[in-house]
Amino acid sequence: MKELMLGNQAVARGLYESGVRVVSSYPGTPSTEITEYISKYPDVYSEWAPNEKVACEVAFGAALGGARSFCGMKHVGLNVAADPVYTASYIGVNAGMVIGVADDPGMHSSQNEQDSRHHAIASKVPMLEPCDSAECKEYAMLAYEISEKYDTPVMLRLSTRISHSRSPVETGERVAAPEKPYVKNVGKNVMMPAMAKARHVFVEQRTAQLREYAETSGINRIIKGGKIGIIAAGTTFNYAYEALGDKASYLKLGMVNPLPVELIKQFAAGVERLIVCEELDDIIETHCLKHGIKCEGKALFSFCGEYSQSIIRKAVLDEENEYRTFPEQFPARPPVLCPGCPHRGLFYALKGLDVYVSGDIGCYTLAAQKPLDSLDSCLCMGGSVSGLHGFNTARGAEQAKRSVAVIGDSTFIHSGITGIIDIAYNKGLSTVIVLDNSITGMTGHQNNPANGFTIHGDPTVAVDLEALARAVGFSSVRVTDPYDVETTRKVIAEELQKEEPSLVIARRPCALLKTAVRKKPLVIKENCVGCRSCLKVGCPAISVENKRAVIDKNQCIGCGICAFACRVGAIGEDE
Amino acid sequence: MTYNILIAGVGGQGTLLASKLMGVVFMNKGYDLKVSEVHGMSQRGGSVVTYVRFGDKVASTVIEKGEADMVLSFELLESARWLPYLKKDGVLISNTQKINPMPVIAGQAQYPEDIAEKLRATGVRLHTVDALSLAEKAGSAKSVNVVLLGVAAKYLGMEREAWENAIRSTVPPKTVEINLAAFNAGYTL
Ligand code: SF4
Ligand code: SF4
Repeated sequence: MKELMLGNQAVARGLYESGVRVVSSYPGTPSTEITEYISKYPDVYSEWAPNEKVACEVAFGAALGGARSFCGMKHVGLNVAADPVYTASYIGVNAGMVIGVADDPGMHSSQNEQDSRHHAIASKVPMLEPCDSAECKEYAMLAYEISEKYDTPVMLRLSTRISHSRSPVETGERVAAPEKPYVKNVGKNVMMPAMAKARHVFVEQRTAQLREYAETSGINRIIKGGKIGIIAAGTTFNYAYEALGDKASYLKLGMVNPLPVELIKQFAAGVERLIVCEELDDIIETHCLKHGIKCEGKALFSFCGEYSQSIIRKAVLDEENEYRTFPEQFPARPPVLCPGCPHRGLFYALKGLDVYVSGDIGCYTLAAQKPLDSLDSCLCMGGSVSGLHGFNTARGAEQAKRSVAVIGDSTFIHSGITGIIDIAYNKGLSTVIVLDNSITGMTGHQNNPANGFTIHGDPTVAVDLEALARAVGFSSVRVTDPYDVETTRKVIAEELQKEEPSLVIARRPCALLKTAVRKKPLVIKENCVGCRSCLKVGCPAISVENKRAVIDKNQCIGCGICAFACRVGAIGEDE
Repeated sequence: MTYNILIAGVGGQGTLLASKLMGVVFMNKGYDLKVSEVHGMSQRGGSVVTYVRFGDKVASTVIEKGEADMVLSFELLESARWLPYLKKDGVLISNTQKINPMPVIAGQAQYPEDIAEKLRATGVRLHTVDALSLAEKAGSAKSVNVVLLGVAAKYLGMEREAWENAIRSTVPPKTVEINLAAFNAGYTL
């Protein structure tokens, strides 16, 4: 049957049809939906793991135990999972194991635009890169064959435009993968120096065999056309094909690590001008130059951002489209915290305290923008906590009374826990605030170990954040409701003064959750003086028109945070 | 030939449903197609755009400046923002609804005045629709997206049943009637 599928959905379909039995992932845009879709197939065990390292180890263990397995993550998640990946490459697999990694060129929803091909090269793991939903399914299935044939984990590289675009896919039946017996094999499965030395030799031989596969298997194919030769993979191949059509010939790469050499030489020999189109880094170009194949690449294209057919047409043919423009400047429309978002209350509370705010990854990163303007730094998952400890250590004990870390519940579980251990163990004084909204919000609302529900929505144990903090040595642990701005501010002010580390949990479900309390919209009363103080909370539901505040009743959920900001008491319930 | 539709709006307005329904109709008609969506951070009240491309063979997932045959805009300021993406002879269908972006709310910028007039002055083929009123009349302010889809469907020339069937097979059963009413409000305009 032909179905219109999201790239991620097609990957999930490929896993299903390949007989995959175990999937463990941590959500991350643009990879999240793979695991959400796979969780709908009853024959596949799926779970959200606390982080990508755990997910990868679960997938490794499952493959060793004889089940085809998968773990999915975004590009930066692969950094977290890198430790197991690099050694899983030495050990190889029993049943097939695939790591799905989605890059985000253009940073639609990421903190950097790293190129995950580097990890494939460095860990010596083969990497496939599909160019549409049909290939997403096809390559996901092929990845298991390669994994088992060559005894290696395989990476499936996606990108935002592949993961999040829909195109037709022909679906098939699930074929149960043969159950592989587990046989103890210390030489292969226990990596310590003596064994790893032998396995490294194996890995190098495997890479040579995989390069042969890249040369001859047909996964990298030549499409004959004009005298311009384009080498491209994935979404960039689509752009090039759209831009140049049959003016060019193409070497479409389906396997981006290891890269072929002879095939490229053969392709190069048949064209007058050889151009490598690759978003992000110059990996294929460098490979060509290393093997003495003359080509153009980053001399024509940027290292930054996404490509498109226009960019390629301009660079290669020097052609541009005509278009109209709006005759004047107009404002940008950045994403914002939702109306009624509990994070808004916490950040508005912090505003009154004039503190250094060590930020983290999640919806609350949006509070860095005006008018909340509330973050001083944001590095990586969990970086707020340990980063604050470093900042305070550099600047002395008094600084600890004027600084906080803010981290969401899911991010805290992901990698904030080790940070609070570091603070307590090393006698730090820092104040850490967990923004506990009972969900992984930014990636589209996934359950997590702190909210008491599994990926399927079934009740399970929830991490007791208060007990956890006490157990690692935080003796001062407080819980506050961020909708109650006044109390929240008071609690944080008190905790900052203490000569010990403190954990404050600002607890209130995400405003978009079914469990969130939605009250009647608030209204502006007669006594509004138009002072605009209420706008400082940065709620999209409130604005000022004709010198008076107005609340959009379709958006407001009556959280009351703006009422706290109004000095004359002009915001309240409709009587 | 490929036909390019750019759907622009504000996160939360339901642009994804409109593009999904288009996708279903074009696929049922036997076209090759690509529908490119936005997930994640920009969905939170930011400017969002979806690309729908259909034809014999569609390669790229994105639509670039000067390439859209149609821009279907859910909000007036977004019409100004995405105007350059329209082909010179393309059609711009614009909701007349205004939603203040944060820089305007925060007082750092002004919402431009008379956007529709200024758009028209560029010579663009412009079709303005008060989709919010039509949606409210049809029974739900939330169905602005399907009202606008109705207006777009009229330009795309495929028969009404194809769209109605797509709505029936795609939206939750409880909202079928409201969505059909909203679609017709746009289609019969
Ligand atoms: S803060 Fe109060 S008085 Fe000032 S504009 Fe807002 S509602 Fe009116
Ligand atoms: S009560 Fe105020 S802050 Fe809360 S959603 Fe309504 S307008 Fe926004």
